[in-house]
Amino acid sequence: MIRDFGIVWTERGLLLNGLANTAILSLVSVVGALLLGFVLTPALMSKKPAVSRAARAFVDGMRCIPFLLFAYIVYYGFPSIGINLDNWGAGLLALTIYNAAYMAEILRGAWAALPRDEIEAGVAFGFSELRLFRRIILPPLVLSAGPVIGNQLIQIIKDSAFLTIIALPELTHAASSIQSRYYVPFAAFITAVALYWGLCLIVEAGVNVLRQLADARR
Amino acid sequence: MSGGDIAAILGGAVVTVTLSLIGILIGLPIGLGFALLRWANAPIAAPTVTVYVSILRATPLVTLLLLLFFALPNIGVPINPISAAIIALVMNTSAFNCEVWRAALMSFPKDQYEAAQSVGMGASLRFRRIVLPQIVRVSLPGLVNEMSLLIKVTPVLAVVGVVDITRAAVRIGAETYEPLPPFLVAVSIYAPIVFALVSLQRWIERRQVAAEAAA
Repeated sequence: MIRDFGIVWTERGLLLNGLANTAILSLVSVVGALLLGFVLTPALMSKKPAVSRAARAFVDGMRCIPFLLFAYIVYYGFPSIGINLDNWGAGLLALTIYNAAYMAEILRGAWAALPRDEIEAGVAFGFSELRLFRRIILPPLVLSAGPVIGNQLIQIIKDSAFLTIIALPELTHAASSIQSRYYVPFAAFITAVALYWGLCLIVEAGVNVLRQLADARR
Repeated sequence: MSGGDIAAILGGAVVTVTLSLIGILIGLPIGLGFALLRWANAPIAAPTVTVYVSILRATPLVTLLLLLFFALPNIGVPINPISAAIIALVMNTSAFNCEVWRAALMSFPKDQYEAAQSVGMGASLRFRRIVLPQIVRVSLPGLVNEMSLLIKVTPVLAVVGVVDITRAAVRIGAETYEPLPPFLVAVSIYAPIVFALVSLQRWIERRQVAAEAAA
């Protein structure tokens, strides 16, 4: 058993590369999903029924499809309609679009729960729409939605592992290739699990800092 | 895509639903047991459960599944894809269920517990008659939410060779060189199942809010 971990240690470059790829995938997708979410949220809350219904259909639709199936559709299905993506492009696109739906719902919930009087005071002071959003709505929104966004980031990290099926060289894929080359399944996958755990503990620590900031402001 | 292909995907649907149900039915009581261990602050067991839940919540189901499927035979425990799938689902969902149950236990009013104690109810009767009915009600939306999450991770089981909806669809796509139609059939099976669970969760929440307003 010790010998198995020794083999994993000699292949640490491969695992760390996988870990870095998982981190990059997750960070790029969480930023992309948040930005898309910020576009979708006003659409969800739009007073025009056509806009809000279309946004609602997209968000609910995404939330009813398993991520793995969506990734398959983007990677194997999109070429049939003329969109060809390599595994990185397909993986990033799938993670971003899929999680944008969840982010939009999270942001909508936090937005709806914001106290109305500050926003109304901002309107009364003549803030333009954009400045009202940036100065009055955004800061408390980020603070109150922060913990849930952190949870979603953990979900994204875990979803990114599914991308091993389209041969994207992320952490699980790295562990798989070490295990198939040396037949050290326990050592390889337990190390991967430990690394995922570490990533999530870092995210949770970040969320706690954000929560303390939010409490200090209150 | 022929009628036989659609039948194959439907056959996969039976596997997906069966495995999910087994995972839910075994995972629910185990999660409750874990939550009770933490609630009671059992020595050694409570901190072990805390670490278990923390690790399992951070572990992608694919990684857990590959670990079980390849490592168990390595240490002399033979395992087939279906049992690996069930163990992985149960481990995964029990960790999340534990958190839902625990949240309900934490918010359980202490005075009721003490009142039950003072009228001389034993520990097991107290739990069955006073605690359980109330925490079930509080936990229900969270548990249903966890069920819909469980269904959404089941396509991963295809990785070790379980022929579920997704694997059937992938195979038909590879045979016909037209992957999109079987994937869309797969979506049209998953989406209603998950949507039904999500609607059930919203309905329970609405009913509980209404019941509280009436009380």
